[in-house]
Amino acid sequence: MNTKEKAKTGPQIKVMTGNAAAAIASKLVRPDVVAAYPITPQTEIIEQISKFHANGEMDCELITVEGENSAMNAVMAASLAGGRVFTASSSWGLVFMYDAILATAGARAPVVMVNVNRETPGIIAVSCGQQDMISTRDAGWIFLIAETCQEVLDVVIQAYRLAEDYDIQVPVMVHYDGFYLSYLSEVVDVPLQEDVDKFLSVLKDQPERTKLVPGGRLGCGTHGILGGYLELRHKHMSAMERSKAKFEEIDKEFEAIFGRSHGGQIEKYRMDDADVVLVGSGSMCGTIKAVIDEKREAGVKVGLLKIRMYRPFPSEVMVEALKGKKAIGVVDRSLCFGFKGGPIYTELKAFETQLGGSKMVSFIDGIANTDITQANVEQMIDAICDLAAGKDVREVTWVSYPEANEPDSEKTGGL
Amino acid sequence: MSSNKFLKYEGPWSDANDPLMCSDTGSWRTKRPVVDKEKCIFCGFCALYCPIQVMEMVENSHFLPDLGFCKGCGICAKECPKDAISMKPEGDFQK
Repeated sequence: MNTKEKAKTGPQIKVMTGNAAAAIASKLVRPDVVAAYPITPQTEIIEQISKFHANGEMDCELITVEGENSAMNAVMAASLAGGRVFTASSSWGLVFMYDAILATAGARAPVVMVNVNRETPGIIAVSCGQQDMISTRDAGWIFLIAETCQEVLDVVIQAYRLAEDYDIQVPVMVHYDGFYLSYLSEVVDVPLQEDVDKFLSVLKDQPERTKLVPGGRLGCGTHGILGGYLELRHKHMSAMERSKAKFEEIDKEFEAIFGRSHGGQIEKYRMDDADVVLVGSGSMCGTIKAVIDEKREAGVKVGLLKIRMYRPFPSEVMVEALKGKKAIGVVDRSLCFGFKGGPIYTELKAFETQLGGSKMVSFIDGIANTDITQANVEQMIDAICDLAAGKDVREVTWVSYPEANEPDSEKTGGL
Repeated sequence: MSSNKFLKYEGPWSDANDPLMCSDTGSWRTKRPVVDKEKCIFCGFCALYCPIQVMEMVENSHFLPDLGFCKGCGICAKECPKDAISMKPEGDFQK
């Protein structure tokens, strides 16, 4: 086989943006219906899908809807009719489809969507932040977060195995940082179509999920009266819990076919002998890993716990990984209004008593495109080292906004 | 695992045989449609307009509501071209 033929048939190494990786992943899973509306920083995904569709590379129904609310309703309906579906949005678009996001979860429609993280309405900010993810976290979807362009592609493919699994049947939202991953070009290993087909073929061997059939006497989503509501919510919660182990299995099966593993619910980076740990998610983890490598050379025993599955909250594996660590710093790229610390910090705090005395602090950084720089990460690591050494460290630090960390702010805001 | 007390499916699916589809909506009614058989010309407008489809044909001569489901909205009475249906307070029937 000459090189030219090999290039045609073997996995292809390409340089592409996170958005392009998401679009290619959505092509590789062979969806039946795609409905989406463009919004910065997600637009490139829809451009690419439109191109694939126009070129005949993507044999799906592409619905160019008039808004995001219609997009989610269209894919939910197509999913209930048994179709494999895809949509993508961000920020304002995500909240414009909010009622349909709730309905999709309630209907247990296995929709897979991409949300390119961006700050939410309130203050108009065309910039990165996980606030849109936080604003939809209680909808009953499974949330996965990608760190690199490669992970974007891989996780979108994995998401179908999770959402459409007969034991799960819960919609999945794949998140990645807008403006950073969405437009950042990285090397991506594009898998072969037949390998993706093989990876997804497991779903075909499962019992067929319930679907709407023309003329059939079956309805969906309207039966929340009497005890039905409780039963359905409890079934939903149970399915979310089952999805934790399922995601670990899917990652292993993915590795067997594609030779890559990103970890399951969490990724542990230099954690085993670490005394102090940063907890992060998304694109910031690349920077954190680089700084950890430098600090390690200087003898600082620091590690990173990267959250890959945010809903359901991977509390069991996190507690197991963090137990006995001297100090933990949680980096949040979003706010939890009404709480002092960031959302992930606040949630992890609920498991503090199981950590065996680890001290915890919250770092808020990266909001509205304020770069989480290497210097910022160093500052965070220094702070948790101080915390481990018994020094007094603020509970909450706004890393890129020192004014929030003045002693006076304790009096005024109590932060 | 959760039980399947109300719904045999994993999701909120149900067919017309499921208990959740057979709720006693008749208990919501405050007014009851009463059909005057003499006036009824068997046109079927009441059955067509009934939003929950509870008007049933009787003896191929007139229509009567299934009071187990009729919520008493009064649309049948409004639409009847012969004013053969009148809405009577539910309290009148409980004396």
